[in-house]
Amino acid sequence: MAEQGPASLAEICILACAEAWRGDGAILASPMGLIPSLGARLARLTFSPELLVTDGEAMLLDAEGKVEGWLPYRDVLRLVGTGRRHMMMGAAQLDRYGNQNISAIGDWARPKAQLLGVRGAPGNTINHPVSYWVPKHSPRVFVDHVDVVSGIGYDRNPPAFELRRVVTDKAVLDFETPDHSMRLRSVHPGATKEEVLSLTGFPLTVPAEVPVTPEPTEAGLALIRERLDPAGLAAGELR
Amino acid sequence: MADLVLEIDDIVRQISSGMTIGIGGWGSRRKPMALVRAIARAGVRDLTVVSFGGPDVGLLIAAGAVRRVICGFVSLDSIPLEPHYRRARQAGAIELTELDEGMMQFGLLAATQRLPFLPTRAGLGSDVLAINPQLRTVRSPYDDGEELVAVPALRLDVALVHLNRADAGGNAQYLGPDPYFDDLFCLAADLAFVSCERIVQAGTLTQTGPPQSLLINRAMVAGVAQTPHGAHFTSCVPDYGRDEAFQVSYAKAAASDEAWESFRARYLDGDEAAYQEAVSRG
Repeated sequence: MAEQGPASLAEICILACAEAWRGDGAILASPMGLIPSLGARLARLTFSPELLVTDGEAMLLDAEGKVEGWLPYRDVLRLVGTGRRHMMMGAAQLDRYGNQNISAIGDWARPKAQLLGVRGAPGNTINHPVSYWVPKHSPRVFVDHVDVVSGIGYDRNPPAFELRRVVTDKAVLDFETPDHSMRLRSVHPGATKEEVLSLTGFPLTVPAEVPVTPEPTEAGLALIRERLDPAGLAAGELR
Repeated sequence: MADLVLEIDDIVRQISSGMTIGIGGWGSRRKPMALVRAIARAGVRDLTVVSFGGPDVGLLIAAGAVRRVICGFVSLDSIPLEPHYRRARQAGAIELTELDEGMMQFGLLAATQRLPFLPTRAGLGSDVLAINPQLRTVRSPYDDGEELVAVPALRLDVALVHLNRADAGGNAQYLGPDPYFDDLFCLAADLAFVSCERIVQAGTLTQTGPPQSLLINRAMVAGVAQTPHGAHFTSCVPDYGRDEAFQVSYAKAAASDEAWESFRARYLDGDEAAYQEAVSRG
């Protein structure tokens, strides 16, 4: 195997997304966005081989890209109720307890900016594990209060089923605190704890020692560069 | 077997102002756009539109035909936000019932079964309950006692769907990878109309696809119209994919009143044949 050289920020984010699916068995991985998609496929090629992944339409593709099954939208919605799914969604706004907004900015009745709509976020967050991908860590995303609770957080009644990870271009966060408020889990190489805190619009729990986000191994880098993203498109999602 | 074949205008005549219409497909995929274009031209007003929304919703809004949208999203897929919908929402020009996608499915399913509601966990804890004060919860009558959202039936006056093939009796077939929710829309409606790429001889549909591709049967349908390229510019695989370039020009035209006037004059003011001819001229 050729020597791979240093990992890029996009490659570190791909692995961080992949790690969200570690330990998941034969469930549907539903990534939104390119870096989460590459992460789900990296997880399947390495430590979570049982994961199911679609082609973005109705077909389930195996690790070789061959069709292994069928999952039209009606069956995705049915699978949500079974809990056999872990989705990584985006977030226009995200608060300290993991409430997410993808519906609208401002007053819902007449929004300043209409966004996607709640889509499946309410049903996803109450039924199965959810993680979030935020390609630009900013106080505009990490806010004190979200305008429209689409995906539910841990402080709602009833609370979210499980919010596993939040991966950004600066850090990995989770909710592994006594009150399920957001915690800094690791900081990516090149970013600092202070930078992450200044880009987050609410107080984060910060452990005494904040680890550096792991980089892909040589084998992991080879998989990303030679197999998953040979054109190197992932970096484009970070601009 | 009764002949249910209609012209586009025969179908549009059965849609009147104030009706609730459901539209099949998903986002910018397999939308009955020929029927939608004809409704937009017809001067109908105050529709309530139930849709896994795409340019169907946008076009009807642009035509001033819509009072309320019931949806979980309105998207062009490769262009995440439908521009007419976005503008109308930000101008406060339309009413909205915003539901979770799973709630949409349950609301349609309840309507097909003539049930008042179906219970679900989707929506609990979210602002879907706050922005829809008409939604009620229901408590399980069993020992668990769980509180659930009672999704009201989404009963439709009319459903419009577009499939790849149909026969004159109203049996219809999808040949792409996803049936979406077209059968639910048809069963939830008092009158369901199918447009299709091609009407084929009765008894030959199993020559083009397996039995389970026959999604719609004639008990579900009030009329069928042949509208070749009738889902354009949304996708209708395997007959054709989404016309991405045209979709971009549609989205750009929505940015200003002047640009939209010119787009409408070029493509939408004439009938369906004129539209298809304008598209093929490029």
